[in-house]
Amino acid sequence: MAKTLALYLMMSIGFKGGGEVSKTGVTSDLALAVVGGAALSALLPMIGFALLRATTRLGAVDAAAVAAHYGSISIVTFVAATQTLQAMGLAFEGYLIAVAAVMETPAIVVALYLARRAGAGTGDGHGLWREVALNSSVVMLVGSFVIGWISGEAGMKPVAPFLVDLFRGVLCLFILDMGLIAGRGLRQGFRSLQPSVIAFGLYMPLISAALATVLAMLMGLSPGGAALFITLSASASYIAVPAAMRMALPEAQPSIYLTLSLAITFPFNLTLGIPIYLWLAELVT
Amino acid sequence: MNLAHHPKKRLEIIVEAPALHRVLEALDKAEVSGYTVLPALEGRGNHGGWNRDDSFNNATNMVCVVCITSEHRAEAVVEAVYAIVKRQIGVLSMSDVTVVRPEHF
Repeated sequence: MAKTLALYLMMSIGFKGGGEVSKTGVTSDLALAVVGGAALSALLPMIGFALLRATTRLGAVDAAAVAAHYGSISIVTFVAATQTLQAMGLAFEGYLIAVAAVMETPAIVVALYLARRAGAGTGDGHGLWREVALNSSVVMLVGSFVIGWISGEAGMKPVAPFLVDLFRGVLCLFILDMGLIAGRGLRQGFRSLQPSVIAFGLYMPLISAALATVLAMLMGLSPGGAALFITLSASASYIAVPAAMRMALPEAQPSIYLTLSLAITFPFNLTLGIPIYLWLAELVT
Repeated sequence: MNLAHHPKKRLEIIVEAPALHRVLEALDKAEVSGYTVLPALEGRGNHGGWNRDDSFNNATNMVCVVCITSEHRAEAVVEAVYAIVKRQIGVLSMSDVTVVRPEHF
């Protein structure tokens, strides 16, 4: 059920984002945000890897795998932040959906490079890029974004009862289900996490948020857009990256990276993170 | 009716879902005549427990591939599959079985 709900959310947010971009077209702001997002996604794993190696007892493989998760993004955290903005009446740039899609991948490439440089053997990579580029979430997000972009407002009208009206209810159901999964994950995986690793799951989002705040200011994003960009950067992946890590770094322990991302950082971002990121956005815009 | 039973080898490959594509490619390359992929619901191993209901991505799902093949081909298939699954989470086993339609395997 969770997978179906996640796909619905990707479809809805992608379609709405594409619809927004159809109003403005491709602008230099969009291009700048895409480049900025990709650069940040590549930089964050380097910082995360260095911090993990310096402050925890994780080996290079596990540190690289965890770092990849924190460079990449959680689209559900992003979606939750859009709802907060909507409740506050804050608009945001629709092209941030495209930025979200772009930020999925650079972190994986950098983390694999870090693992290899540290002498850790990575998997043969066979099928890795197929999994990264064509996993159902990314295809649904990018595909519906493109369809929303092409079809514009006229395309949104007939599907709005499904993609817009149901959205909030489905999001509630999905987050409830995620909470149950995260709780079970925490119970099972907690023993794998040293206190220093748990601490990383709490302070790394704040480091990412601080860097994203500077970038958001340089990119001239609106307060809502800046809040979303900071949220994206501070979130940690638990859909695309875990599958990529199982293929490329199979020796890395999923009980560490998945538990940390899903059971520590995700709830942190939903409860404390998003209000902090909103505050940061308002501070610099 | 007395059916004749013919000896064959049955390979059972329980592996994490992200590696499935590679395993199936290896089976195709080894020219096995067929296989069946089954979803695994729940389990526990060296890496702890897992449950299909706790997954909303492919990363933590496990699948089971069942393949029956001739005795002379079995070793080559095991070698090819083992080259893939040795670094992944999973179990590879081979057992003796008999079939009544040997020409299918």
